Amino acid sequence: MSPTRTDFFQGVRDCLPIVAAAAPFGMLFGALAVDNGLTVGEAVLMSATVFAGASQMVGLEMFGAEIAPWIIILSVFAVNFRHVLYSAALGRRMGLMPGWKKALAFFFLTDPQYAASEARADRKMPVTLTWYMGMALPVYVFWVAEAWVGALFGSLITDPAALGIDFLLPIYFLGLVMGFRARPNWLPVVIVSGLGSILGFYTVGSPWHVSLGALAGVVAAMLLPLPGPDAKGRMP
Amino acid sequence: MNELFLGLPVNVWTIVGAAIVTYAARFGGHLVLSRFKRIPPRVDAALNAVPAAVLATLVAPAAVNSGPAEAITLAVCLVIGFRLPMMGMFAIGWALIVALRGAGL
Repeated sequence: MSPTRTDFFQGVRDCLPIVAAAAPFGMLFGALAVDNGLTVGEAVLMSATVFAGASQMVGLEMFGAEIAPWIIILSVFAVNFRHVLYSAALGRRMGLMPGWKKALAFFFLTDPQYAASEARADRKMPVTLTWYMGMALPVYVFWVAEAWVGALFGSLITDPAALGIDFLLPIYFLGLVMGFRARPNWLPVVIVSGLGSILGFYTVGSPWHVSLGALAGVVAAMLLPLPGPDAKGRMP
Repeated sequence: MNELFLGLPVNVWTIVGAAIVTYAARFGGHLVLSRFKRIPPRVDAALNAVPAAVLATLVAPAAVNSGPAEAITLAVCLVIGFRLPMMGMFAIGWALIVALRGAGL
C-alpha cells in the first residue's frame, strides 16, 4: 500500500476501540434527546455539529429544563473549554500542516482523538491529516448514526423512570468525573465544586449552581499548591 | 422551547450556537495559546480543573436532591468507579437504579 493509504488505515485501526466504547453513549444521547424534547432531526444535528459527548449531554439536561438558550450555549462552552488546551498542544504536533488542514482537523478534536494523536507523536510517527482523518471519520460517522438510531428508539420508550433512563446522565457524569482523577488536585477540586453546587442549588437556584460550583472548583485549583512537575506537564 | 426564530426552531439556533462555541474552543486554543512559549502554571492548573469541576456540579445536587435510591446508586458508583472502567460502572449503576426503584426506594 502507498504510505498515504497505510496512514489512513492505521488511523482506522486506532479508532476501533473508541467506536465500540462510544456506541452506547451515542445511542443514549439520541434517546435522551427525544426524552428531553428535541426532535429526531435536532438530535442528529447536535451530534453532527457539536460532536462532543459530555457537552451534548449537559445541553440535553438543560433543553429538558427549558433554560434560556444563551445559558445552554455557555454551559456547553464551559464543558468543552478543555479543548483549548488540546488544540494548543496538538497544533505543535501538526507543525507542517497548512492552516486549512488544521482548521478541518480541529473540528474532530475529541478527547480520544487528542489522546491518540499525542500517543502517535510520542512514537515518533507523523500526525498527518490522512492518519488523523482515518481515526476521526469512523468515530464521527458512527456517532451521528447512533444519535439517529437512539432517537428513533428513544421515542418508543413511554416510561423512562421505570427503566432508570432519567437518571443515567448523573451516573454518566460521575463516570466522567472519575475519569479525570489522575489530574493534580482532583479530589479537592471535585469536593469544592460539588459542595459549591449544592450550596448554590439551595440558595441561588438552578441553573446557576453549575457555574457557581464550577467557578469555586477552578478557583480552588488555582489556589492549591501545585503537586510536583506533573501539574505543568501538559504543554509540550 | 419550540417557538420559531427567523423561521427555525429556537432549539436549532441553540444547537448551532453550541457548535460554534465548541469549534471556537477546538481551534482557538491553537490560535491564541500557541503564541506563548508556555502557560503560567496557575493558569494551567485552573484550565486542567475545568472539566472535573463542571461535571461535579451536575452530579452533586442529584445525589442530595433526588431520593434514597438515587443517592445510594451514586455512592456505590463512586466507590466502584475507582476500580472499574467507565462502562462497567455505568452498567452497574443503571442496574442498581432500576433495582432500587423497583424495590420501592
